[in-house]
Amino acid sequence: MADKILNKLYIKIWRQKNSKSQGAFETYELENVSQGSSFLEMLDILNDQLIREGNDPVAFDHDCREGICGMCSLYINGEAHGPDTEITTCQLHMRKFNEGETITIEPWRAGAFPVIKDLIVNRNAFEEIQQAGGYVSVGTGGVPDGNAIPIGQDDAEEAMDAAACIGCGACVATCKNSSAMLFVSAKVSQFAKLPQGKVEGKRRAKAMVSKMDELGFGGCTNTGACEIACPKAISISNIARLNREYLCAKLAD
Amino acid sequence: MSILDSKAPAGPLAEKWSKHKASIKVVSPANKRKLDVIVVGTGLAGASAAASLGELGYNVKAFCYQDSPRRAHSIAAQGGINAAKNYQNDNDSIYRLFYDTIKGGDYRARESNVYRLAEVSPLIIDQCVAQGVPFAREYGGSLSNRSFGGVLVSRTFYARGQTGQQLLLGAYSALNRQINAGTVEMHNRTEMLDLVVVDGKARGIIARDMITGEIQKHGAHAVCMCTGGYGNVFFLSTNAMGCSGSVAAQIYRRGAYMSNPAFVQIHPTCIPVHGSQQSKLTLMSESLRNDGRVWVPKKKEDAVKLQKGEISANNIKDEDRDFYLERRYPSYGNLVPRDVASRAAKERCDAGFGVNAEGKAVFLDFKYAIDRLGRDTIEKRYGNLFQMYEKITDVDPYSNPMQIYPAIHYTMGGTWVDYNLMTTIPGLYSLGEANFSDHGANRLGASALMQGLADGYFVLPYTIGDYLADEIMVPKIETTLPEFAEAEKSVTDRLSQLFNANGSEPVDYFHKKLGMIMWDHVGMSRNEAGLKTAVSEIRALRDEYYTNVRIPGELDNLNPELEKAVRVADSFDIAELMALDALARNESCGGHFREESATEEGEAKRNDEIGCYASAWEYKGAGQEPVMHKEELVFENVKLVQRSYK
Repeated sequence: MADKILNKLYIKIWRQKNSKSQGAFETYELENVSQGSSFLEMLDILNDQLIREGNDPVAFDHDCREGICGMCSLYINGEAHGPDTEITTCQLHMRKFNEGETITIEPWRAGAFPVIKDLIVNRNAFEEIQQAGGYVSVGTGGVPDGNAIPIGQDDAEEAMDAAACIGCGACVATCKNSSAMLFVSAKVSQFAKLPQGKVEGKRRAKAMVSKMDELGFGGCTNTGACEIACPKAISISNIARLNREYLCAKLAD
Repeated sequence: MSILDSKAPAGPLAEKWSKHKASIKVVSPANKRKLDVIVVGTGLAGASAAASLGELGYNVKAFCYQDSPRRAHSIAAQGGINAAKNYQNDNDSIYRLFYDTIKGGDYRARESNVYRLAEVSPLIIDQCVAQGVPFAREYGGSLSNRSFGGVLVSRTFYARGQTGQQLLLGAYSALNRQINAGTVEMHNRTEMLDLVVVDGKARGIIARDMITGEIQKHGAHAVCMCTGGYGNVFFLSTNAMGCSGSVAAQIYRRGAYMSNPAFVQIHPTCIPVHGSQQSKLTLMSESLRNDGRVWVPKKKEDAVKLQKGEISANNIKDEDRDFYLERRYPSYGNLVPRDVASRAAKERCDAGFGVNAEGKAVFLDFKYAIDRLGRDTIEKRYGNLFQMYEKITDVDPYSNPMQIYPAIHYTMGGTWVDYNLMTTIPGLYSLGEANFSDHGANRLGASALMQGLADGYFVLPYTIGDYLADEIMVPKIETTLPEFAEAEKSVTDRLSQLFNANGSEPVDYFHKKLGMIMWDHVGMSRNEAGLKTAVSEIRALRDEYYTNVRIPGELDNLNPELEKAVRVADSFDIAELMALDALARNESCGGHFREESATEEGEAKRNDEIGCYASAWEYKGAGQEPVMHKEELVFENVKLVQRSYK
């Protein structure tokens, strides 16, 4: 089955030389894009064209191109990772677009994620939150046998549901308050469901929340947009669990 | 006596590692803090090594080219991680895991290293569980297992189809803990561009801040390469876009020997290539072969109709389906190792039985498993993989069989290392996929994750002490040394050479051309004439590259084209070595299939008389022929037999 070809597309895209300069939209015409191409492959074609014309290609983040690394970070036609559910940008295919369509592409927009260049943003704030407490404090070696820590299947599954977060930032980008609650709650929930994580659960919840606040992410107002935008369908019920963990930790103070 | 000293300990196999550990040196805690270690790459091997070394008390600087260590390509591994736990009571053991790995690698790996890998494998599971990695569990709370290709026991631990992700996030969390504690200094979006060697020892690296373009010099008492494989030499592969082998080329040019570069794994279950605009191939986990049955039509006319799109798979009756793996390999069936499954798929497609428009695909069918187990069970086991398949192909794999075809996946070759994981440059270590040591000519499924974590958590932290114990009197390595200036100049010269070529073709144009040469001549089957052609075509294309590549943008700004240009330049050097190594190895083994060396049934025919060695290529300068040294492989514990999965 041969893929259909889109003869013409208009790509309206955010161009910004660096973090200090002003950005602006530019529109480029693009021809001959196979509907079987991924969205990032479409950008490759655009860049090939820009380079050959002597222009600066569009900088965008990407790496694994199979939906798991979380590097790609594009806001497409007003939606994080574009018009499909439970996917990253690399899994979005051009069959979702129509002949002659204008596609608008922007970087994540959030105060805590400053633009580095074009469509690339700085997500170091996520790193700092993880470093504040997103771990079990266990060193290498000297741990018990894996089966010495029995974990019920349902708990393991729920922990896995939360642990599937890829840290892409779509939740922040889509939240009207640029809140990082879904991201933080995923890690806190994973460990809250497991005995290994319980020991320092209170400290973890407080440390990660206070780091999140310090870095300028907004508050959560339970709008639920994050869950819809999340490529891995991380549930907002994790946010409720984070709130419970955090509240318990504060009450214990 | 070869100049390659493997340092493999003498004595019985099962005692080698413990005896070695007892005899190597240990650095005292008070001295560890005086020692600096650089770790390049933060995938499974790098993150686990950096975290473990930080915990021990060394000053660690870690580097990755992504914006976060969590994005390393280890994250994409799907199926699982092996460990000889024998939780299943199915007669698994350390020896059996060792034996399967040696045999799976077609007897082209070093016995002592492979045994150690099997020996530490149970510790990895314990470590990851303690970190909170949510492995699949049974109802009673114990760990679940599943089986993988090339093996008759069930020893693979998994976290849905996202095992690599969860193991990497475990190592990443251990790394984060050390970053928070101040023992590891993390450098994100920073790419290594050269190694600094002082008085014959690895003493630092030259790196580029990918945002500002600043060229940085970093000194250390030891340097560890955890930079993965070089699969992107083929352009189309299952690797992340950054898995270039660039660092392997850099250290090779600085004197580290490159071993078995011809050994590349072709993975049998990838989503097939379509059209000409593709940049990347996507792997479907090998675990799918536990429940999926591989087939093509028995009748050629059915295949032709499928190719033309006149019928679909479901129109072909069971009796007209050729389950060729079950037919050819009755005892392993769909679970034969990857090299065998890949060649069998190619054989059927070459014979005209391919099932997509290009004739380059076979079916992986879950109909039978769904009939037997129900859709729910299949959804629970492989749901995310099925979803991924549907998003990419727009076909529902619950109601239509998947189409799969082999693709470049993992590189078994890599930097030559001794038993301590040290390269031929003292103080330079190579871990995980970046080294050559554990998989021989073919890697069994669920063994890559095992090696990455074994090296990082449980091997290097011990063996590096043996070297660093003699370094405690060496003061901090100053980057004002002339060797740093020389290496920095070599980097800036190289960048400006590429930048000023001012040619007419973008980097990808060359990368795709290189990939075609490699796939045509150094791909799933190789022969002498093709390999000679490949060598000369690679060299000619490399010459053209340096004069005709066009790199836009600036040197001192974020510039993905410049980053790619350096990596592709390095890919040429690796590609050349791959072809030379394949040419020199006039036998078939594992992923290396030389057409001149096949059985009457078309299976790979090993030749232990001439092939029982690991190659180690020495760089002799630009434009010079590299020289191959050989480490003879000695097998004291296993008998070399022709591999059979019938």
